[in-house]
Order: sequence, then C-alpha cells, then structure tokens
Amino acid sequence: MSRIAATFARLQQQKRKALIPFFTAGDPHPDTVVPIMQALVRAGSDIIELGVPFSDPMADGPVIQRASERALKHGTSLRDVLQKVAEFRRADATTPVVLMGYANPIEHMGVSEFARAAAAAGVDGVLVVDYPPEEGGELARALRQAQIDEVFLLAPTSSAQRVALVARAASGYVYYVSLKGVTGAGNLDLDDVAANVTRIKQHIKLPVGVGFGIRDGVTARAIGNIADAVVVGSRIVQEIESSARENIAANVEKLVRGLRDAMDAA
Amino acid sequence: MQIQNLLPTTQQVYNLPDAHGHFGPYGGVFVAETLMAALEQLRTGYERYRTDPEFVAEFAAELKHFVGRPSPIYHAKRWSEKLGGAQIYLKREDLNHTGAHKVNNTVGQALLARRFGKPRVIAETGAGQHGVATATVAARYGMECVVYMGSEDIQRQSSNVYRMKLLGAKVVPVESGSKTLKDALNEAMRDWVTNVDSTFYIIGTVAGPHPYPMMVRDFNSIVGKECRTQMPEMIGRQPDAILACVGGGSNAMGIFYPYIEDTAVRLIGVEAGGLGVASGKHAAPLSAGTPGVLHGNRTYLMQDANGQIMETHSISAGLDYPGVGPEHSYLKDSGRAEYVAVTDDAALQAFHDLCHYEGIIPALESSHALAHAVKIAPAMSKDKALLVNLSGRGDKDMNTVARLSGIEL
Repeated sequence: MSRIAATFARLQQQKRKALIPFFTAGDPHPDTVVPIMQALVRAGSDIIELGVPFSDPMADGPVIQRASERALKHGTSLRDVLQKVAEFRRADATTPVVLMGYANPIEHMGVSEFARAAAAAGVDGVLVVDYPPEEGGELARALRQAQIDEVFLLAPTSSAQRVALVARAASGYVYYVSLKGVTGAGNLDLDDVAANVTRIKQHIKLPVGVGFGIRDGVTARAIGNIADAVVVGSRIVQEIESSARENIAANVEKLVRGLRDAMDAA
Repeated sequence: MQIQNLLPTTQQVYNLPDAHGHFGPYGGVFVAETLMAALEQLRTGYERYRTDPEFVAEFAAELKHFVGRPSPIYHAKRWSEKLGGAQIYLKREDLNHTGAHKVNNTVGQALLARRFGKPRVIAETGAGQHGVATATVAARYGMECVVYMGSEDIQRQSSNVYRMKLLGAKVVPVESGSKTLKDALNEAMRDWVTNVDSTFYIIGTVAGPHPYPMMVRDFNSIVGKECRTQMPEMIGRQPDAILACVGGGSNAMGIFYPYIEDTAVRLIGVEAGGLGVASGKHAAPLSAGTPGVLHGNRTYLMQDANGQIMETHSISAGLDYPGVGPEHSYLKDSGRAEYVAVTDDAALQAFHDLCHYEGIIPALESSHALAHAVKIAPAMSKDKALLVNLSGRGDKDMNTVARLSGIEL
C-alpha cells in the first residue's frame, strides 16, 4: 500500500481527518525546508504538500507568489526540491510528501526523468496545477510507472462530467478548491462546500481534501466534519513570512498544532 | 468582403487548431481546474457565434463604422526608392480607431461578452494599446472595465494610461515578478478566477488557453483578408513576402492566416532582438527559446536551465513578452513561416526613417517589421513587393523615443 493510502486507512480507523499543510520549498531559504517539514510532522500533520517554486504562479494569490519569489532568489530548482525530499526521507519513512507546482519546470526537466527522480527521492504524490487530465497524459503514464499518486484539483465550477474525468485520472486523494479565487482568498461558505463534497463523493471513491481559505482552528474543524482532509497553505506561508528565520520551525509547529488540536477535539 | 466569410471556420487544407486547441504539439488548455468551466463556456459560445449570421453582421458593421475599416494599403515609394530594391507596401492598421490592430479583437470579444451577459470586462496590457482598445469598447458598450498593467510599463506608457482612464477604465498597477506584460497576464487570470461569474477576460494576443489563440486570430484575420483583395487591386498580384512584428503575435497571425495556404507568399515574423539575441537581453523566444508551458498553452518560451521564465528586454513594451502564440510555434516548426529578430537600434532607425521619408510615425513594435524590410529589400529586385503590417501608430512612443534622444517632453 502506498504511504498516502496507508495514511488515510490509519486515519479512518482512528476516526480522524487528515491535516495537510502546504509551504513553498526554499522559502525563505533552502536550508529551512527540512526543518519546517519536521516541525510539521511534530505538530501532527498527516501529509505534507511541498510547493515547487515557479516564476509565474498563475493560480496563487499574493502570499504564495511572494513565497515563490523568495525561494527563487536563492535559485531553488525542482532538482533542489527533490534533494530536500530525499534528505527528509532519510529520517522519516512514513509521512507522505506531495509536490505541488506548475507544469513548466517539470516539462523542462522531462516528465520521465522527473517521475524517476521523484520516486528515488521518496515523493508520494504530485499535483500539477496547470495540467488538467486532458493535457497531462504523458506525466500521468510516467507517474503510474513510478508508482507515484497523481492528485487533481476540483472546483465549485467543475461539471459532473469533469468530476467523472478527474475520478478516472486521480489517485491518492483529490483536492477540492473551496472557493472561486486564488490561494489565500476570501471567506468560505461551509454549506456550499458540504454540498460540493457530497456531489464529488458520488463520483469519486478516493479521499477528498478541501483547501483554499482555511485560516484557523474553527474553520479547520468545520471542514474536517465535511471532508476527509483539510489543506492549509497560505496561513502557514504567512507565518513563515512574518517569522524571524530562527523562529520559523517553532512558530509553524505551534500554528499547526493549534489546527490539529481543534480538529481532534471531542 | 462577403460578410459570411468574415469568421471562416476552416480553410481548405490548413485546419488548426484541433478540437482541443492544439496546433501540433503546441497550444492546448494548461490551466487550473478553477478556470476550466469558464473556458468551456467561452469555447462553446464562440463556436456558436462565429457562424451566427447576426453576430457576424454586427461584427462587420462595428469594424466598418466604429473601427473605420477597411484600412488602406499604402505604397511607401520614397522609402522603397531610398532602399533601392523591393517595393514596400504598408497595411495601415495604424489608421484604425485607437491607432492599432488591437481593436479588431476587442470589438469581437466585447460583442461576445455582451451575448454572455457579462457586465464587466478585464484585460492585461503591455504597451497599453490593448488596454486602450479594451477601455474603448467597454465605454462603447457600457461595461465596467479593469486593466492590469505592469508598473514598469505604466512608467513607459503614461499617455496610454491616461487614455484608459479618460475612457472610464480602472488601471491596476502590477508589482509582482518583472512588473511587465507577463505579470499583468498572471494578475488578470487571478481576477478572472475570482470573478468568473460576472467577468469576461478579453485577452489581447493569440496566446493563453484555447480558444483564445484561435479566437483572437479569427477576429484579427480581417487584416489579411483585406490584403488579399487590396494587393491585386494595387499591383495585380499578391506580395512576395509579408512581414509583421511578433510579441504575442496577434497582428502577425491576423495578416498571415489568410495567406497560410498561398505558399508562394513568404511569411516573416519579426521578434524583438533587444540588445541582440547573443546578449540574452531580448524578447525573441522563437529565435532563441525552447518549448514549454506558460499562460495556459505550450509554446516557445524564454526560460532558464530550471524551467523558470526569464525576464525579457525590448525597447517596445508591446513585444516585451517571454512567450509567443502557439500557432506561431507551429508555423515555425512546420517551416511555413520564418522568424527573425531585429535589435532595438535597428527598430529605432526604421522608426526614424519612416517618419522622415513617408510622413508616418510608426509604433516601435511595428518598427521591428519595418527594420527587417530594411534588411532584405535592398537585395531584392525592384519588381518584388514586400507587404509590411504597420500594426500601430507611434504617438504612444513619443516619450520613449524623445528620452532616447536625450529630450524630456
């Protein structure tokens, strides 16, 4: 069983929901990647989504854009990110790591080469924001061969046809974008999210994670009651941005532990 | 011009893009799931209206009465004589309302937006020509208009910023990334994802996700269609070669498209060579880039060894873009069109030449195409004909050109 499947199986037995934090690799510095990942694990994270920085992050809001710019200032490349995952893996054999990024750095490296290197580094899943199922066939084949899950996004505007299309292409879990907007935006309508998660679950047997707009324990808990996993990104990146470098790991740990406790509270 | 042929669905043999927006390996729909529904609506809506007689008739009437089409072709006799070779003809898109070809497309997309019932339009702009053309049609049809523009470009093109504001548009400065056209496009996409119910995104060039490259080409193909009628009227035949500048490539696709199957006519796209392609400071992805994925499509890009998009340089804000329309990538690989680059200096020289010999002030963008005519015309015989798309007028560039001559206006 893959690490992602094993994680969701364990959580289901425990009747708990997955907490999936996101941050951008290389922000603020390549040396902070592994310490932040370890802090996330200590705080009770179940899966880590690691952002691969890109110069033109079209689907991201200003917070994650700035994180990408900071990471690129140090020249953090896709190969560097894979190296950091390998470093993390040496001390942690169980926590799944999902790379989240844009198509161009992967295409530039070559999709087969990427899939091979990602598997070797210990990557468990890949989410390419601008590869809808229609366009990502070559990568999908390479990832399947490397036994890496491919996570896809779904949106409030996704038609039943598109949900079915993603159902055929996705593995690991699917990521429901809870609102119309970019990362870090606006307010959540919980009833709307619940209705959409129910709709998605009619087509998809995989766990459904919900992200975009989750900023505190109350919302994380509410989303946990609706979905299988809670994804928190911009709020964590903000914490990294506003912390002095020596405090980042501790501050992120505290923040994520707060979310975890809220989700697990009876 | 027969109205029913204004937006033809296919040519006889050349029939790209395919149903998924692919031009061979290029084009496509590389966007986040959050935009797929809006693009699907646009694709089916455009499919329907491109053959709808009422829509096509309204488009034709707007081009005639609001834009002022057809634009003439002008024989640049004195300049041709000075160069001593081929005769140079100019397709006068600079004489359109708003001063460039860009308005052909914004009229078409605004008419679509109205039929979709969207009260708000947004646009990205580099030189400001597309922003002005969008603000113009938004005023004409009573729509709210927001234009995203890199803060660097706002500095370079202050008069166009003022024009947009006069026309009632809100101009939003973009401070992210390189603060130029590509970042304005990112920001407009973000706006669209957020306000997708109320908003129509009017992309200004033949790039972006399907159906934009096809749709923007179709709306601009009126340029080439008029030439096919006008050149035989003027000289009894089609030109030997057509030259057009290429940033995103909308004016070039507009004039090339009706000639694609007429293989006797050379098609030459001219990119911004900046300080020289060898210097790395340019905006010439077809001349010096490699294929990749940006802004919703696969195409030639300027990118570094890690697949990050590089900052570009050009004297002309309208060509300062690291990608290019996917159809140009296809035409390059297939050999049907040739692509070359000319430097800032050569473009500036051609700018001055046209002012001096013909009494026409060209846009710096179009001056790149003129500069390549300067290169090739002298070696051709006097009975040859070069048709250059004079895609815009140079009034907007007064500050830039004056500053380069050490004059503050």
